[in-house]
Amino acid sequence: MKHISTRLNQAFDHRVRLGIMSILMVNDWVEFTALKEMLEVTDGRLASHIKALEKENYVEVRKRFVSRKPNTSYQATELGKKAFQEHLDAIEQLLKDMP
Amino acid sequence: MNAKQNEHLEALQQIRQLMERSSRFISLSGLSGVAAGMWALVGAAVVYSYLGISPFNHRRIYYRQALEVEKWGMDYRSFFVLVAFSVLLLALTSGIYFTTRKARSKGQRIWDPLTQRLLLNLAIPLLTGGLFCLGFYYHGYIGFIAPSTLVFYGLALVNASKYTLNDIRYLGIMEIILGLLALFYLGYGLEFWAIGFGVLHILYGTVMYFKYERAA
Repeated sequence: MKHISTRLNQAFDHRVRLGIMSILMVNDWVEFTALKEMLEVTDGRLASHIKALEKENYVEVRKRFVSRKPNTSYQATELGKKAFQEHLDAIEQLLKDMP
Repeated sequence: MNAKQNEHLEALQQIRQLMERSSRFISLSGLSGVAAGMWALVGAAVVYSYLGISPFNHRRIYYRQALEVEKWGMDYRSFFVLVAFSVLLLALTSGIYFTTRKARSKGQRIWDPLTQRLLLNLAIPLLTGGLFCLGFYYHGYIGFIAPSTLVFYGLALVNASKYTLNDIRYLGIMEIILGLLALFYLGYGLEFWAIGFGVLHILYGTVMYFKYERAA
């Protein structure tokens, strides 16, 4: 049992981070505001969780100007997608092995 | 079931929900289908009364009948075009109305990348079909227009179903089957058209309304 639980990725050990990754798994380039609306979190909380995922190189950022307004979008990296998939597999395995 | 297990299950459920909600346009209202279907039936009824025929008991091909009719101060061509565009306009207007209303009541955005992606994928087969039918019209193959509109509309729905409620896929498949049948029963184009755009829309819209909206 123990060797499985170690496969749970600490970087995803939070509801907001799981949410961010779920959305980025199935969408390319999602805007900050769209993430905020879907996850129903404050700017600050979202920003700090994204930063944590960015530090692991699981998420990449694109900043640009759309009709003169700054626009920030995020995308999951290949590494991030792979790590998240493994995390999901680990959760699934944990659920299966529990009586 | 212990607490840890519950927590994991909840996490998985949340992940699934977010993946679904963030990648599909789910504000599509069943009522817009019902409304579109009703407008289509009204349109078909108006055409029948213009031609002075009734559905199914007419072996003669309706567009040949059309050549001989001139009613209400209009020849059949301008009349058909007028009816077709009125139906399209009314169906689109009520569709947009009900869908916007549903999105607003759920606090969802209506014009976002999901909507745009849905419309684009709906538009590609639909515009192709429209031009294809113009080609038939141009060459005088009027009888192929009704079957083709059904087939292309069905393909458009199947294509768009990846970006919205999956139920649309089965509606699309039924429209395709109906269109193919109509191809081998030329002369019943208007009947097939009324079933495909009228009856199926109403049925599907009702089912979707009760499945997604009444409960919620």
